[in-house]
Amino acid sequence: MELVLIFFSAAIVNNFVLSYFLGICPFIGVSGKISSAFSMGLATTFVMSITSIVTWLIYHLVLVPNNLDFLQYVSFILVIASLVQFVEMFIKKISQPLYRALGIFLPLITTNCAILGLALFIVLKEYSFIEGIVYGLGAGAGFTLAITLMAGIREELDLADVPKSFQGAPITLLVAGILALAFMGFAGLISG
Amino acid sequence: MAATTTNPTYKLDLTSSPHVHSRWSTKQAMWMVVFALIPSIISAVVFFGFYQLLIIAVSVGFAVGTEAAIKAIRKRPITIMDGSGIITGLLLALILPPNFNLAFTAIGSVVAIGIGKEIFGGLGYNIFNPALVGRAFLQASFPVPMTTWTAPNYTVDAVTTATPLSAFKFDKVAADLSDLFIGNIGGSTGETSSIAVLIGGIVLIGAGVVNWRVPVSMIAGILVFGGIFYFIDPAAYPNPVFHLFAGGFLFGALFMATDWVTSPLTSKGMIIYGLGIALVLVIIRLFGGLPEGVMYAILFMNSFVPLINRYNRPRVFGEVTK
Repeated sequence: MELVLIFFSAAIVNNFVLSYFLGICPFIGVSGKISSAFSMGLATTFVMSITSIVTWLIYHLVLVPNNLDFLQYVSFILVIASLVQFVEMFIKKISQPLYRALGIFLPLITTNCAILGLALFIVLKEYSFIEGIVYGLGAGAGFTLAITLMAGIREELDLADVPKSFQGAPITLLVAGILALAFMGFAGLISG
Repeated sequence: MAATTTNPTYKLDLTSSPHVHSRWSTKQAMWMVVFALIPSIISAVVFFGFYQLLIIAVSVGFAVGTEAAIKAIRKRPITIMDGSGIITGLLLALILPPNFNLAFTAIGSVVAIGIGKEIFGGLGYNIFNPALVGRAFLQASFPVPMTTWTAPNYTVDAVTTATPLSAFKFDKVAADLSDLFIGNIGGSTGETSSIAVLIGGIVLIGAGVVNWRVPVSMIAGILVFGGIFYFIDPAAYPNPVFHLFAGGFLFGALFMATDWVTSPLTSKGMIIYGLGIALVLVIIRLFGGLPEGVMYAILFMNSFVPLINRYNRPRVFGEVTK
Protein backbone atom coordinates (compact mmCIF):
# COMPACT_ATOMS: atom_id res chain seq x y z
CA MET A 1 0.00 0.00 0.00
CA GLU A 2 2.86 2.32 0.91
CA LEU A 3 4.42 1.60 -2.49
CA VAL A 4 1.16 2.34 -4.32
CA LEU A 5 1.01 5.70 -2.54
CA ILE A 6 4.61 6.47 -3.51
CA PHE A 7 3.82 5.65 -7.13
CA PHE A 8 0.75 7.89 -7.33
CA SER A 9 2.42 10.61 -5.33
CA ALA A 10 5.23 10.78 -7.90
CA ALA A 11 2.97 10.32 -10.92
CA ILE A 12 0.02 12.60 -10.15
CA VAL A 13 0.13 14.59 -6.92
CA ASN A 14 3.76 15.66 -7.11
CA ASN A 15 4.05 15.29 -10.85
CA PHE A 16 7.62 16.15 -11.83
CA VAL A 17 6.63 18.37 -14.72
CA LEU A 18 3.42 19.99 -13.50
CA SER A 19 4.13 20.39 -9.84
CA TYR A 20 7.93 20.50 -9.50
CA PHE A 21 8.46 22.07 -12.97
CA LEU A 22 11.35 19.73 -13.74
CA GLY A 23 12.09 18.44 -17.24
CA ILE A 24 10.39 21.37 -18.99
CA CYS A 25 12.87 21.31 -21.89
CA PRO A 26 11.80 17.99 -23.50
CA PHE A 27 8.26 18.70 -22.29
CA ILE A 28 8.16 21.65 -24.65
CA GLY A 29 10.55 20.34 -27.29
CA VAL A 30 9.03 16.95 -28.06
CA SER A 31 5.36 17.51 -27.29
CA GLY A 32 4.40 18.34 -30.87
CA LYS A 33 3.15 14.88 -31.80
CA ILE A 34 1.46 12.26 -29.63
CA SER A 35 3.47 9.30 -30.95
CA SER A 36 6.91 10.83 -30.45
CA ALA A 37 5.86 12.40 -27.14
CA PHE A 38 4.76 9.01 -25.86
CA SER A 39 8.03 7.42 -26.97
CA MET A 40 9.95 10.21 -25.29
CA GLY A 41 7.96 9.51 -22.15
CA LEU A 42 8.83 5.82 -22.33
CA ALA A 43 12.52 6.54 -22.94
CA THR A 44 12.56 8.93 -19.97
CA THR A 45 10.70 6.40 -17.81
CA PHE A 46 13.28 3.77 -18.70
CA VAL A 47 16.19 6.05 -17.85
CA MET A 48 14.45 7.13 -14.65
CA SER A 49 13.82 3.64 -13.34
CA ILE A 50 17.36 2.43 -14.14
CA THR A 51 18.77 5.64 -12.66
CA SER A 52 16.88 5.08 -9.43
CA ILE A 53 18.36 1.56 -9.17
CA VAL A 54 21.94 2.42 -10.04
CA THR A 55 22.21 5.68 -8.13
CA TRP A 56 20.72 4.07 -5.03
CA LEU A 57 23.32 1.30 -5.18
CA ILE A 58 26.17 3.75 -5.77
CA TYR A 59 25.03 6.09 -3.04
CA HIS A 60 24.44 3.48 -0.37
CA LEU A 61 27.16 0.97 -1.22
CA VAL A 62 29.99 3.21 -2.41
CA LEU A 63 29.56 6.84 -1.40
CA VAL A 64 28.12 6.59 2.11
CA PRO A 65 30.49 3.90 3.46
CA ASN A 66 33.48 5.93 2.23
CA ASN A 67 32.14 9.29 3.39
CA LEU A 68 32.07 10.49 -0.20
CA ASP A 69 28.47 11.63 -0.39
CA PHE A 70 29.62 15.08 -1.55
CA LEU A 71 30.41 13.28 -4.82
CA GLN A 72 26.76 12.40 -5.40
CA TYR A 73 26.15 15.04 -8.08
CA VAL A 74 29.15 14.05 -10.16
CA SER A 75 28.57 10.33 -9.88
CA PHE A 76 24.83 10.60 -10.52
CA ILE A 77 25.41 12.66 -13.66
CA LEU A 78 27.94 10.12 -14.92
CA VAL A 79 25.48 7.30 -14.40
CA ILE A 80 22.70 9.19 -16.14
CA ALA A 81 24.91 10.14 -19.08
CA SER A 82 26.01 6.57 -19.70
CA LEU A 83 22.42 5.31 -19.39
CA VAL A 84 21.21 7.85 -21.92
CA GLN A 85 24.01 6.80 -24.25
CA PHE A 86 22.74 3.27 -23.95
CA VAL A 87 19.13 4.24 -24.67
CA GLU A 88 20.27 6.29 -27.65
CA MET A 89 22.15 3.37 -29.20
CA PHE A 90 19.19 1.11 -28.55
CA ILE A 91 16.65 3.41 -30.20
CA LYS A 92 18.95 4.09 -33.14
CA LYS A 93 19.20 0.35 -33.65
CA ILE A 94 15.49 -0.53 -33.43
CA SER A 95 13.74 2.52 -34.86
CA GLN A 96 15.39 5.05 -37.15
CA PRO A 97 12.22 7.16 -37.59
CA LEU A 98 11.79 7.46 -33.83
CA TYR A 99 15.48 8.29 -33.48
CA ARG A 100 15.07 11.14 -35.96
CA ALA A 101 11.80 12.32 -34.40
CA LEU A 102 13.36 12.61 -30.96
CA GLY A 103 16.42 14.30 -32.46
CA ILE A 104 18.57 16.35 -30.14
CA PHE A 105 16.19 15.78 -27.25
CA LEU A 106 17.27 12.16 -26.90
CA PRO A 107 20.88 12.88 -25.85
CA LEU A 108 19.51 15.84 -23.93
CA ILE A 109 17.76 13.45 -21.54
CA THR A 110 21.18 13.54 -19.87
CA THR A 111 20.64 17.12 -18.88
CA ASN A 112 16.98 16.58 -18.10
CA CYS A 113 16.86 17.92 -14.58
CA ALA A 114 13.90 15.66 -13.81
CA ILE A 115 16.27 12.69 -13.82
CA LEU A 116 19.00 14.20 -11.65
CA GLY A 117 16.17 15.57 -9.49
CA LEU A 118 14.78 12.07 -9.14
CA ALA A 119 18.13 10.66 -8.00
CA LEU A 120 18.54 13.47 -5.48
CA PHE A 121 14.96 13.20 -4.21
CA ILE A 122 15.49 9.50 -3.52
CA VAL A 123 18.48 10.39 -1.34
CA LEU A 124 16.62 13.29 0.28
CA LYS A 125 13.48 11.28 1.09
CA GLU A 126 15.60 8.40 2.40
CA TYR A 127 13.75 5.82 0.35
CA SER A 128 14.63 2.14 0.60
CA PHE A 129 15.81 0.34 -2.54
CA ILE A 130 12.33 -0.90 -3.55
CA GLU A 131 10.69 2.43 -2.70
CA GLY A 132 13.29 4.17 -4.87
CA ILE A 133 12.45 1.99 -7.87
CA VAL A 134 8.73 2.57 -7.43
CA TYR A 135 9.36 6.30 -7.07
CA GLY A 136 11.37 6.25 -10.32
CA LEU A 137 8.62 4.37 -12.15
CA GLY A 138 5.99 6.76 -10.80
CA ALA A 139 8.00 9.81 -11.82
CA GLY A 140 8.44 8.33 -15.30
CA ALA A 141 4.74 7.53 -15.58
CA GLY A 142 3.92 11.08 -14.50
CA PHE A 143 6.30 12.53 -17.07
CA THR A 144 4.79 10.31 -19.78
CA LEU A 145 1.28 11.35 -18.75
CA ALA A 146 2.12 15.05 -18.78
CA ILE A 147 3.97 15.02 -22.11
CA THR A 148 1.28 12.89 -23.81
CA LEU A 149 -1.52 15.15 -22.56
CA MET A 150 0.42 18.14 -23.80
CA ALA A 151 1.00 16.52 -27.19
CA GLY A 152 -2.72 15.79 -27.55
CA ILE A 153 -3.53 19.40 -26.76
CA ARG A 154 -0.87 20.72 -29.13
CA GLU A 155 -2.08 18.56 -32.00
CA GLU A 156 -5.50 20.08 -31.41
CA LEU A 157 -4.01 23.57 -31.34
CA ASP A 158 -2.36 23.07 -34.74
CA LEU A 159 -5.73 23.95 -36.26
CA ALA A 160 -6.46 26.81 -33.90
CA ASP A 161 -6.17 30.50 -34.68
CA VAL A 162 -3.54 31.15 -32.00
CA PRO A 163 -2.14 34.71 -32.08
CA LYS A 164 1.16 34.71 -33.93
CA SER A 165 3.23 35.85 -30.97
CA PHE A 166 1.83 32.99 -28.86
CA GLN A 167 2.46 30.14 -31.29
CA GLY A 168 4.88 27.41 -30.31
CA ALA A 169 6.61 27.60 -26.95
CA PRO A 170 4.54 30.46 -25.41
CA ILE A 171 1.18 28.74 -25.83
CA THR A 172 2.76 25.50 -24.62
CA LEU A 173 3.97 27.18 -21.45
CA LEU A 174 0.54 28.76 -20.95
CA VAL A 175 -1.18 25.41 -21.38
CA ALA A 176 1.35 23.90 -18.97
CA GLY A 177 0.43 26.61 -16.49
CA ILE A 178 -3.29 25.83 -16.79
CA LEU A 179 -2.51 22.10 -16.48
CA ALA A 180 -0.50 22.84 -13.35
CA LEU A 181 -3.52 24.76 -11.99
CA ALA A 182 -5.67 21.71 -12.69
CA PHE A 183 -3.17 19.42 -10.95
CA MET A 184 -3.27 21.70 -7.88
CA GLY A 185 -6.57 20.00 -7.07
CA PHE A 186 -4.63 16.92 -6.07
CA ALA A 187 -2.62 18.85 -3.50
CA GLY A 188 -2.69 17.22 -0.10
CA LEU A 189 -4.04 14.00 -1.58
CA ILE A 190 -1.11 11.95 -0.37
CA SER A 191 0.93 13.46 2.40
CA GLY A 192 4.66 12.93 2.13
CA MET B 1 -21.80 24.89 -42.92
CA ALA B 2 -21.29 23.05 -46.15
CA ALA B 3 -21.06 25.00 -49.34
CA THR B 4 -23.68 24.18 -51.94
CA THR B 5 -22.69 23.74 -55.55
CA THR B 6 -25.36 23.46 -58.17
CA ASN B 7 -24.71 21.32 -61.18
CA PRO B 8 -26.30 23.07 -64.17
CA THR B 9 -26.89 19.88 -66.15
CA TYR B 10 -28.65 17.73 -63.59
CA LYS B 11 -30.17 20.39 -61.33
CA LEU B 12 -28.85 18.48 -58.37
CA ASP B 13 -27.59 20.11 -55.20
CA LEU B 14 -24.30 18.63 -54.14
CA THR B 15 -23.17 19.32 -50.61
CA SER B 16 -20.42 17.81 -48.58
CA SER B 17 -21.09 16.17 -45.22
CA PRO B 18 -22.28 16.65 -42.49
CA HIS B 19 -25.85 16.36 -43.74
CA VAL B 20 -27.47 16.06 -40.33
CA HIS B 21 -27.06 19.21 -38.32
CA SER B 22 -28.22 20.53 -35.00
CA ARG B 23 -31.37 22.57 -35.00
CA TRP B 24 -29.57 25.08 -32.79
CA SER B 25 -27.14 27.57 -34.20
CA THR B 26 -24.19 28.45 -31.98
CA LYS B 27 -25.77 31.77 -31.12
CA GLN B 28 -29.17 30.29 -30.28
CA ALA B 29 -27.58 27.56 -28.16
CA MET B 30 -25.52 30.10 -26.22
CA TRP B 31 -28.55 32.24 -25.49
CA MET B 32 -30.43 29.12 -24.39
CA VAL B 33 -27.70 28.52 -21.80
CA VAL B 34 -28.01 32.11 -20.57
CA PHE B 35 -31.75 31.53 -20.29
CA ALA B 36 -31.22 28.26 -18.41
CA LEU B 37 -28.99 30.03 -15.89
CA ILE B 38 -31.81 32.37 -14.82
CA PRO B 39 -33.07 30.05 -12.00
CA SER B 40 -29.54 29.92 -10.58
CA ILE B 41 -29.22 33.70 -10.74
CA ILE B 42 -32.54 34.01 -8.91
CA SER B 43 -31.40 31.54 -6.23
CA ALA B 44 -28.16 33.49 -5.82
CA VAL B 45 -30.11 36.69 -5.19
CA VAL B 46 -32.68 35.01 -2.93
CA PHE B 47 -30.12 33.36 -0.68
CA PHE B 48 -27.24 35.81 -0.77
CA GLY B 49 -28.76 39.17 -1.58
CA PHE B 50 -28.74 41.72 -4.38
CA TYR B 51 -25.01 42.33 -4.14
CA GLN B 52 -24.56 39.14 -6.20
CA LEU B 53 -26.14 40.92 -9.17
CA LEU B 54 -23.32 43.45 -9.00
CA ILE B 55 -20.75 40.62 -9.11
CA ILE B 56 -22.53 39.14 -12.11
CA ALA B 57 -22.57 42.53 -13.85
CA VAL B 58 -18.84 43.10 -13.25
CA SER B 59 -17.97 39.57 -14.34
CA VAL B 60 -20.03 39.69 -17.52
CA GLY B 61 -18.93 43.24 -18.29
CA PHE B 62 -15.23 42.46 -18.06
CA ALA B 63 -15.63 39.17 -19.93
CA VAL B 64 -17.37 40.81 -22.88
CA GLY B 65 -15.05 43.82 -22.75
CA THR B 66 -11.91 41.65 -22.78
CA GLU B 67 -13.21 39.61 -25.67
CA ALA B 68 -14.09 42.70 -27.68
CA ALA B 69 -10.73 44.33 -26.93
CA ILE B 70 -8.69 41.27 -27.95
CA LYS B 71 -10.72 40.76 -31.11
CA ALA B 72 -10.23 44.41 -31.97
CA ILE B 73 -6.46 44.28 -31.35
CA ARG B 74 -6.19 41.15 -33.50
CA LYS B 75 -8.40 42.72 -36.18
CA ARG B 76 -10.84 39.82 -36.08
CA PRO B 77 -14.62 40.18 -36.34
CA ILE B 78 -16.06 41.23 -32.97
CA THR B 79 -18.03 38.16 -31.90
CA ILE B 80 -19.41 39.28 -28.56
CA MET B 81 -22.99 38.89 -29.71
CA ASP B 82 -22.64 35.10 -29.96
CA GLY B 83 -23.20 35.07 -26.21
CA SER B 84 -20.22 32.91 -25.31
CA GLY B 85 -18.43 35.70 -23.46
CA ILE B 86 -21.62 36.47 -21.56
CA ILE B 87 -21.91 32.80 -20.55
CA THR B 88 -18.31 32.70 -19.35
CA GLY B 89 -18.88 35.82 -17.25
CA LEU B 90 -22.14 34.47 -15.85
CA LEU B 91 -20.71 31.05 -15.03
CA LEU B 92 -17.67 32.59 -13.36
CA ALA B 93 -19.84 34.89 -11.22
CA LEU B 94 -22.06 32.00 -10.17
CA ILE B 95 -19.17 29.81 -8.98
CA LEU B 96 -17.58 32.55 -6.85
CA PRO B 97 -18.23 32.80 -3.12
CA PRO B 98 -20.98 35.23 -2.04
CA ASN B 99 -19.99 38.88 -1.60
CA PHE B 100 -16.72 38.33 -3.45
CA ASN B 101 -14.43 41.31 -4.00
CA LEU B 102 -15.39 43.09 -7.25
CA ALA B 103 -11.79 43.85 -8.30
CA PHE B 104 -10.86 40.19 -7.93
CA THR B 105 -13.97 39.27 -9.90
CA ALA B 106 -12.80 41.53 -12.72
CA ILE B 107 -9.32 39.94 -12.67
CA GLY B 108 -10.84 36.46 -12.80
CA SER B 109 -13.05 37.47 -15.69
CA VAL B 110 -10.16 38.94 -17.71
CA VAL B 111 -8.06 35.81 -17.11
CA ALA B 112 -10.97 33.54 -18.01
CA ILE B 113 -11.52 35.18 -21.39
CA GLY B 114 -7.93 36.22 -22.11
CA ILE B 115 -5.97 33.14 -21.07
CA GLY B 116 -8.83 30.66 -21.01
CA LYS B 117 -10.20 31.42 -24.43
CA GLU B 118 -8.79 34.15 -26.68
CA ILE B 119 -5.14 33.00 -26.46
CA PHE B 120 -6.25 29.75 -28.09
CA GLY B 121 -7.93 31.63 -30.91
CA GLY B 122 -11.36 32.27 -29.44
CA LEU B 123 -14.57 30.29 -29.28
CA GLY B 124 -14.22 26.73 -30.53
CA TYR B 125 -10.49 26.38 -29.99
CA ASN B 126 -10.14 26.59 -26.23
CA ILE B 127 -8.96 23.38 -24.54
CA PHE B 128 -10.12 24.26 -21.04
CA ASN B 129 -13.42 25.62 -19.81
CA PRO B 130 -12.71 29.40 -19.64
CA ALA B 131 -14.81 30.08 -16.53
CA LEU B 132 -13.02 27.32 -14.65
CA VAL B 133 -9.61 28.62 -15.76
CA GLY B 134 -10.63 31.98 -14.30
CA ARG B 135 -11.77 30.41 -11.06
CA ALA B 136 -8.69 28.18 -10.73
CA PHE B 137 -6.54 31.26 -11.24
CA LEU B 138 -8.44 33.13 -8.52
CA GLN B 139 -8.25 30.14 -6.21
CA ALA B 140 -4.47 30.02 -6.61
CA SER B 141 -4.04 33.80 -6.32
CA PHE B 142 -6.52 34.71 -3.58
CA PRO B 143 -7.07 31.55 -1.55
CA VAL B 144 -8.55 33.26 1.50
CA PRO B 145 -11.29 35.36 -0.14
CA MET B 146 -12.05 32.37 -2.39
CA THR B 147 -12.92 30.25 0.63
CA THR B 148 -14.75 32.79 2.75
CA TRP B 149 -18.33 31.62 2.64
CA THR B 150 -21.06 33.97 3.79
CA ALA B 151 -24.06 32.25 5.35
CA PRO B 152 -27.30 32.60 3.35
CA ASN B 153 -30.18 34.82 4.51
CA TYR B 154 -28.20 37.12 6.71
CA THR B 155 -30.06 40.20 7.86
CA VAL B 156 -27.70 42.91 9.05
CA ASP B 157 -24.24 41.49 9.68
CA ALA B 158 -22.83 39.00 7.24
CA VAL B 159 -21.86 35.79 9.02
CA THR B 160 -19.39 33.35 7.57
CA THR B 161 -20.14 29.68 7.59
CA ALA B 162 -18.66 26.37 6.52
CA THR B 163 -19.83 24.77 3.31
CA PRO B 164 -21.50 21.38 3.77
CA LEU B 165 -18.51 19.70 2.12
CA SER B 166 -15.91 21.27 4.39
CA ALA B 167 -18.18 20.69 7.41
CA PHE B 168 -18.21 17.02 6.53
CA LYS B 169 -14.56 16.82 5.64
CA PHE B 170 -13.20 18.49 8.75
CA ASP B 171 -15.93 17.97 11.37
CA LYS B 172 -17.89 14.99 10.00
CA VAL B 173 -21.15 16.94 10.13
CA ALA B 174 -23.53 16.01 7.34
CA ALA B 175 -25.92 18.72 6.16
CA ASP B 176 -29.64 18.16 5.91
CA LEU B 177 -30.46 16.89 2.42
CA SER B 178 -33.50 19.14 2.00
CA ASP B 179 -31.34 22.20 2.73
CA LEU B 180 -28.84 20.97 0.14
CA PHE B 181 -31.63 20.52 -2.35
CA ILE B 182 -33.18 23.95 -1.89
CA GLY B 183 -29.88 25.74 -1.44
CA ASN B 184 -30.17 27.26 2.02
CA ILE B 185 -26.50 26.51 2.75
CA GLY B 186 -23.06 28.06 2.46
CA GLY B 187 -21.37 27.78 -0.90
CA SER B 188 -20.73 29.46 -4.23
CA THR B 189 -23.60 31.77 -5.12
CA GLY B 190 -25.13 29.87 -8.01
CA GLU B 191 -24.20 26.36 -6.94
CA THR B 192 -25.99 25.97 -3.63
CA SER B 193 -29.51 25.50 -4.92
CA SER B 194 -29.70 22.08 -6.54
CA ILE B 195 -33.32 22.60 -7.55
CA ALA B 196 -32.56 25.81 -9.48
CA VAL B 197 -29.61 24.18 -11.23
CA LEU B 198 -31.70 21.14 -12.11
CA ILE B 199 -34.50 23.25 -13.62
CA GLY B 200 -32.03 25.01 -15.89
CA GLY B 201 -30.18 21.82 -16.74
CA ILE B 202 -33.32 19.88 -17.60
CA VAL B 203 -34.44 22.69 -19.89
CA LEU B 204 -31.07 22.53 -21.69
CA ILE B 205 -31.12 18.75 -22.06
CA GLY B 206 -34.80 18.71 -23.00
CA ALA B 207 -34.24 21.30 -25.71
CA GLY B 208 -31.33 19.29 -27.07
CA VAL B 209 -28.87 22.10 -26.47
CA VAL B 210 -26.47 19.97 -24.45
CA ASN B 211 -25.92 16.25 -24.65
CA TRP B 212 -27.39 14.21 -21.78
CA ARG B 213 -24.54 11.70 -21.78
CA VAL B 214 -22.02 13.86 -19.92
CA PRO B 215 -24.23 14.81 -16.93
CA VAL B 216 -25.87 11.39 -16.75
CA SER B 217 -22.56 9.52 -16.77
CA MET B 218 -21.18 11.97 -14.18
CA ILE B 219 -24.17 11.41 -11.90
CA ALA B 220 -24.02 7.63 -12.38
CA GLY B 221 -20.27 7.78 -11.74
CA ILE B 222 -20.53 9.73 -8.51
CA LEU B 223 -23.32 7.50 -7.20
CA VAL B 224 -21.29 4.37 -7.97
CA PHE B 225 -17.81 5.55 -6.86
CA GLY B 226 -19.21 7.45 -3.85
CA GLY B 227 -21.46 4.47 -3.09
CA ILE B 228 -18.53 2.05 -3.01
CA PHE B 229 -16.79 4.06 -0.30
CA TYR B 230 -20.04 4.61 1.60
CA PHE B 231 -20.60 0.85 1.51
CA ILE B 232 -17.09 0.21 2.87
CA ASP B 233 -17.44 2.59 5.81
CA PRO B 234 -20.66 4.64 6.18
CA ALA B 235 -19.26 6.52 9.18
CA ALA B 236 -16.14 7.83 7.48
CA TYR B 237 -17.52 8.59 4.01
CA PRO B 238 -20.64 10.59 3.12
CA ASN B 239 -23.48 8.88 1.34
CA PRO B 240 -23.53 9.25 -2.44
CA VAL B 241 -26.71 11.35 -2.47
CA PHE B 242 -24.86 13.92 -0.34
CA HIS B 243 -22.08 13.93 -2.96
CA LEU B 244 -24.66 14.54 -5.64
CA PHE B 245 -26.32 17.59 -4.09
CA ALA B 246 -23.38 19.09 -2.21
CA GLY B 247 -20.96 21.69 -3.57
CA GLY B 248 -20.84 22.45 -7.24
CA PHE B 249 -21.41 18.96 -8.55
CA LEU B 250 -24.74 19.46 -10.31
CA PHE B 251 -23.77 22.91 -11.56
CA GLY B 252 -20.53 21.47 -12.90
CA ALA B 253 -22.27 18.47 -14.44
CA LEU B 254 -24.98 20.45 -16.20
CA PHE B 255 -23.28 23.73 -17.12
CA MET B 256 -19.50 23.26 -16.97
CA ALA B 257 -18.71 19.75 -18.15
CA THR B 258 -21.26 19.98 -20.97
CA ASP B 259 -19.46 22.87 -22.65
CA TRP B 260 -19.47 21.81 -26.32
CA VAL B 261 -15.95 22.97 -27.04
CA THR B 262 -14.16 21.29 -24.17
CA SER B 263 -16.05 17.98 -24.01
CA PRO B 264 -15.51 14.95 -26.27
CA LEU B 265 -17.24 14.58 -29.62
CA THR B 266 -18.39 10.95 -29.61
CA SER B 267 -21.01 9.32 -27.38
CA LYS B 268 -18.53 6.82 -25.99
CA GLY B 269 -16.01 9.61 -25.39
CA MET B 270 -18.61 11.63 -23.45
CA ILE B 271 -19.31 8.69 -21.16
CA ILE B 272 -15.59 8.11 -20.51
CA TYR B 273 -15.21 11.84 -19.82
CA GLY B 274 -18.17 11.95 -17.42
CA LEU B 275 -17.04 8.89 -15.50
CA GLY B 276 -13.49 10.26 -15.36
CA ILE B 277 -14.68 13.53 -13.81
CA ALA B 278 -16.75 11.64 -11.24
CA LEU B 279 -13.83 9.38 -10.28
CA VAL B 280 -11.33 12.23 -9.91
CA LEU B 281 -13.90 14.24 -7.95
CA VAL B 282 -14.63 11.42 -5.48
CA ILE B 283 -10.90 10.92 -4.93
CA ILE B 284 -10.31 14.65 -4.30
CA ARG B 285 -13.36 15.00 -2.03
CA LEU B 286 -12.62 11.92 0.06
CA PHE B 287 -8.83 11.88 0.21
CA GLY B 288 -7.55 15.26 -0.95
CA GLY B 289 -6.58 18.28 1.08
CA LEU B 290 -9.46 20.29 -0.37
CA PRO B 291 -13.13 19.78 0.49
CA GLU B 292 -14.31 20.36 -3.08
CA GLY B 293 -12.81 19.49 -6.44
CA VAL B 294 -15.41 19.76 -9.20
CA MET B 295 -13.42 22.55 -10.86
CA TYR B 296 -10.15 20.61 -10.75
CA ALA B 297 -11.81 17.37 -11.86
CA ILE B 298 -13.34 19.05 -14.92
CA LEU B 299 -10.13 20.92 -15.83
CA PHE B 300 -8.16 17.68 -15.42
CA MET B 301 -10.50 15.77 -17.73
CA ASN B 302 -10.58 18.71 -20.20
CA SER B 303 -6.91 18.02 -20.79
CA PHE B 304 -7.72 14.42 -21.72
CA VAL B 305 -10.35 15.39 -24.29
CA PRO B 306 -7.97 15.57 -27.29
CA LEU B 307 -6.73 12.06 -26.49
CA ILE B 308 -10.26 10.74 -25.85
CA ASN B 309 -11.38 12.15 -29.20
CA ARG B 310 -8.42 10.67 -31.01
CA TYR B 311 -8.88 7.15 -29.68
CA ASN B 312 -12.65 7.11 -30.03
CA ARG B 313 -12.83 8.22 -33.61
CA PRO B 314 -15.79 6.54 -35.32
CA ARG B 315 -14.60 4.07 -37.93
CA VAL B 316 -15.13 4.83 -41.59
CA PHE B 317 -17.73 2.44 -43.01
CA GLY B 318 -15.95 -0.78 -43.95
CA GLU B 319 -12.71 0.09 -42.17
CA VAL B 320 -11.05 -2.90 -40.58
CA THR B 321 -9.47 -2.53 -37.17
CA LYS B 322 -5.92 -3.74 -37.00
